[in-house]
Amino acid sequence: MSFVDNFRRAAARRSQVTKTVLLVTAGSLTLTLAACGSGGGAGNSASQGSSDQVKIGLVTKTDTNPYFVKLREAAKAEADKNNASLIALAGKFDGDNEGQVAAIENLVSQGVKGILITPSSSSGILAAIKSARDAGVVVIALDTATDPENAVDATFATDNKKAGQLEGAWVKGALAGKTPKLLMLDGTPGGTVDTFRHDGFLQGIGLKEGDPAIAGKENTNGDQTKAQTAMENLLQRVPDANAVYTINEPAAAGGYQAIKDAGKVSQFTVASIDGSCTGVKNVKAGEFGATVMQFPAKMAAQGVDAVVKFSKDGTKPSGFNDTGAQLITDKPVSGLDSKDTSWGLQNCWG
Amino acid sequence: MSSSPTMAAPPSKPTFDVSRVLHQPLFGPLGALILAVIIFAVASPRFLSPFNLSLILQQSIVVGILAVGQTLIILTAGIDLSIGATAVLGTIMLAKTVGSGGAVAALIATLLICMAVGAVNGTLVTVFKLPPFIVTLGTFTAVSAATQLFAGSATYPVQDSVLTFLGTSIGSGTARTTLGVFVLILVYAVTWYALTQTAGGRHIYAVGGSPTAARLAGIKTNRTLFSAYIFTGVIAAIAAWAALGRIPTADPNAFQTANLDTITAVVIGGTSLFGGRGSVVGTLIGTLIVGVLRNGLTLVGVDNLYQNIATGVLVIVAVAFDQFARRRSS
Repeated sequence: MSFVDNFRRAAARRSQVTKTVLLVTAGSLTLTLAACGSGGGAGNSASQGSSDQVKIGLVTKTDTNPYFVKLREAAKAEADKNNASLIALAGKFDGDNEGQVAAIENLVSQGVKGILITPSSSSGILAAIKSARDAGVVVIALDTATDPENAVDATFATDNKKAGQLEGAWVKGALAGKTPKLLMLDGTPGGTVDTFRHDGFLQGIGLKEGDPAIAGKENTNGDQTKAQTAMENLLQRVPDANAVYTINEPAAAGGYQAIKDAGKVSQFTVASIDGSCTGVKNVKAGEFGATVMQFPAKMAAQGVDAVVKFSKDGTKPSGFNDTGAQLITDKPVSGLDSKDTSWGLQNCWG
Repeated sequence: MSSSPTMAAPPSKPTFDVSRVLHQPLFGPLGALILAVIIFAVASPRFLSPFNLSLILQQSIVVGILAVGQTLIILTAGIDLSIGATAVLGTIMLAKTVGSGGAVAALIATLLICMAVGAVNGTLVTVFKLPPFIVTLGTFTAVSAATQLFAGSATYPVQDSVLTFLGTSIGSGTARTTLGVFVLILVYAVTWYALTQTAGGRHIYAVGGSPTAARLAGIKTNRTLFSAYIFTGVIAAIAAWAALGRIPTADPNAFQTANLDTITAVVIGGTSLFGGRGSVVGTLIGTLIVGVLRNGLTLVGVDNLYQNIATGVLVIVAVAFDQFARRRSS
């Protein structure tokens, strides 16, 4: 039963009836439900209120970012493997706490066993998580920790401090003794991921916050366009900088574009964090020197497994579980474990 | 503003039009809401539980309250893109001033600052004759940035019992709801009364339907428009208070799409984007349709993107229906 068939049938049905808004609305509602029902076995059984299947909710920051898409796909695959059903919800934009709170409430009302969440607001989400846990739902943070971390049962995430340290240590090695003159393309002010990566990077490169070697900092929201603008402006201010920290690969791509437009590619050492396939290709092309790969698929799979285990024998997951960070570069520096870009392209996400 | 229901002189024509179309357009949205409720009740045994129904209401509080202000502005053939940003400014104002001045002072300060944003919008629209879309796009951008600066890009957990008062839970067992839900209903009831039973309310419809005719009929159109924007500021302040009741954290990144969400609710509720036709009752139904769809589709296990498709389709259907109705009536 394909989507198109459903669509045609709904359209045909609509044309037969009178054009009242009531029925048109009914058509669109049915269409949406039908479209989802034909999306796979999981959707079909979910609408029957399946008693044997474990229900798991996934709440990501947005549902358009390739990183969260990968997270969602991996969670869905793992859920299918375990005969569980996954409901994926998301905020409307990065920072949409209200949307995530409503998603948690609706999932609890739905009767899920566990909720996997990448919180947009590390503190604003706490009350909703607490009431979910009070209702007997196991809550797991993926990718981003809550503040405090023990507000959830367990966290499956990249150790972002370690990822930042790897990025910083590689930049230090790649500069080969040159004094760094650093530009920092940060993400969103106040975010835990942002702070950990930023601080980790400075540790790795061996600089203290406030050191004059840090020649400029801008917030990019991890957005390529904003990063490019920020870098263009920074280059106007500090034309002789030689190193760039980036919060993620879109920021690195934006930064690189500005550097390239200014004709300063050979002057800069650029590094990043993420490990998307686009990012690894950028490393392979020599646009940025290195990236630190994260493993969203692992976070999602381990999170789903933990909920399935909880539903079977009542064991709750606990604590912070590092899903790993791997330095990817074709220009290894001594003393740092790294993999080359062909390994990276086999293991990348997105 | 006079509350006398009788108006001297000619504008009985726009008043008559209003009352004629007021009742009819509600049929569509109400039908859609009832239909959605029936479908979800059949599809999920949990949907009609008192707890779940109260959840839908709670999730509709903030956008629902803001949508009242949006309805008024849209009835005047305007649009307010700054309404959500103003409410967010309000939440930060509440959270930051409660420590020094106490809760009552914080509420008053918030009311004033939100009304001030409304006054800026109102002045630019009436005195400078700028299009509301551009004016409120400007204030939306500026107010959002000012809020970030004011908050220092930080979030503020709020503990004060007055500021979180509207989050107080009442009822027993699974049939629990929060005071915010009653504020939501109260705001709609008061506005509905003002719009339909007072001269000022009818002036709003008249100005939105045809500013020239309204002016010729002796209505002070600028004063009517300006009051609508001030009223919207008051609504934003109430929404800010209710928002802290719902989530006791003031976050400058919150409600970035509240302006669009309120427009969605107003349009689904059958109010015409061309002004002069519609009602707050429709907007309440529109808000509930969006809430019921999101909650119900989650209950039957439908993913997020499909939920957004459903909402998007509804908006287009509602606007198409409005156009259809307009063409037929002209």
